Amino acid sequence: MKKKEVPQDHSNLASANIKDMVYAVDENGEYTTELSTGWEPKTIALDNAIKEIEARVEDARQRVLKKETSPIEYYMELHKMDLPILASYIGLWKWRVKRHFKPSVFKRLSTKTLQKYAEVFEVTVEQLKHFES
Amino acid sequence: MQIDFTHKQAAHCENGVVSNLMRHNGFEVSEPMVFGIGSGLLFSYLPFLKVNYAPVFTYRAMPGLIFNRFAKRTGIKVKREKFKNPVDAKARLDANLEKDNPVGLQVGVYSLPYFPEEYRFHFNAHNMVVYGREGDTYLISDPVMESVTTLTAKELEKVRFAKGAFAPKGHMYYPISFPETLQLDKAIEMGIKQTSRDMLAPVPIVGVKAMRWVASNIRKWPKKIGPKKANHYLGQIVRMQEEIGTGGGGFRYIYAAFLQESGRVLNNARLSELSQEMTEIGDLWRDFALDASRIYKNRSAQSDGYNKIAHQLETIADREAIFFKTLKKSV
Repeated sequence: MKKKEVPQDHSNLASANIKDMVYAVDENGEYTTELSTGWEPKTIALDNAIKEIEARVEDARQRVLKKETSPIEYYMELHKMDLPILASYIGLWKWRVKRHFKPSVFKRLSTKTLQKYAEVFEVTVEQLKHFES
Repeated sequence: MQIDFTHKQAAHCENGVVSNLMRHNGFEVSEPMVFGIGSGLLFSYLPFLKVNYAPVFTYRAMPGLIFNRFAKRTGIKVKREKFKNPVDAKARLDANLEKDNPVGLQVGVYSLPYFPEEYRFHFNAHNMVVYGREGDTYLISDPVMESVTTLTAKELEKVRFAKGAFAPKGHMYYPISFPETLQLDKAIEMGIKQTSRDMLAPVPIVGVKAMRWVASNIRKWPKKIGPKKANHYLGQIVRMQEEIGTGGGGFRYIYAAFLQESGRVLNNARLSELSQEMTEIGDLWRDFALDASRIYKNRSAQSDGYNKIAHQLETIADREAIFFKTLKKSV
């Protein structure tokens, strides 16, 4: 890639004042570096990934409201986690965390366990227990 | 307390940390040199390992390997420490800063406050340097940022003890002893030999063979897993290629820069020619990403598109196969 071809497309990087550094060749064929504000294919890939997560969050929210799952699953999706990641934050086996997705099991969780989840999700135990859409 | 430390932005975090720490210790080594000697370039496909609900594709070596290999090949000793307890981790960090020793840290990206929200995923192999502390605030040199930044003690603890795959466990590292002069020639040769060997390895999950495997899977995806998932997987390929801090075409261009610089160090014109070839391969990777993005942008499920980019990937695999066979014999 030539230095003058380094893409300067619009991306979410600008919001945080970050620019990517890229290696490219100058007119004399010498390698040098250039800053890039973003590249469209990458931005689209990222946007799609974010939309996917938003859809998962919304789906989880609906299922919490229908009492098909517990708020734990909703907050897990909200924090872009999956089961292995959440289990490792809580320090429990995956199957135990998965069990906590059951509304009936969730209702009987001890305050201590709830506290652990609340800390990871950065909410209060009350917020976690009383899910509001 | 602040250590006199020069921050220089890099295209990739681990190279950047190593290059910046080396400069601090009086050795000027460029980012591409670190990347090349440390055999950072790779391709790997791990379909059985899922991140963000898609298989793992990687274009570079495992976190930590680049520095380890670089150190071994240049005769530097690196001390690495991991911690069970955040209190100990903080104490050891503070003790090093007290001794005017800037250290490298492995951290998770998810809770990094200065990253844009959209870029904060549970990715635990980011690297930064801490070069001082003022009360409760740590002075941070993050190689993907243009200038230095800060984190509070609490924020730093959170990213050092992020959980999930590759959990950093407070991982802290710094060079402790150096050779009198840095001998790059031998190190460059070793780096090139290993990269060539890895890229041509006779196993399906690494190197050229892995690219061919991905290509054949791309052809099958639309039918086998449906267009929605197939597009999601393609997005993952592009995102891993264009990961934050690596920029367009990323690692192939860094490697080309390494070959150009090595050509001069070793007085080997062959390497400069191969640098140009690697630049062209980098351009092919960019075209591949661009065409892949067209598919998932339009959400098109025509297998034509998939076949076309699979073919592109196979072309790249062929080019890289010839490239590394030639490279191996050039040093």
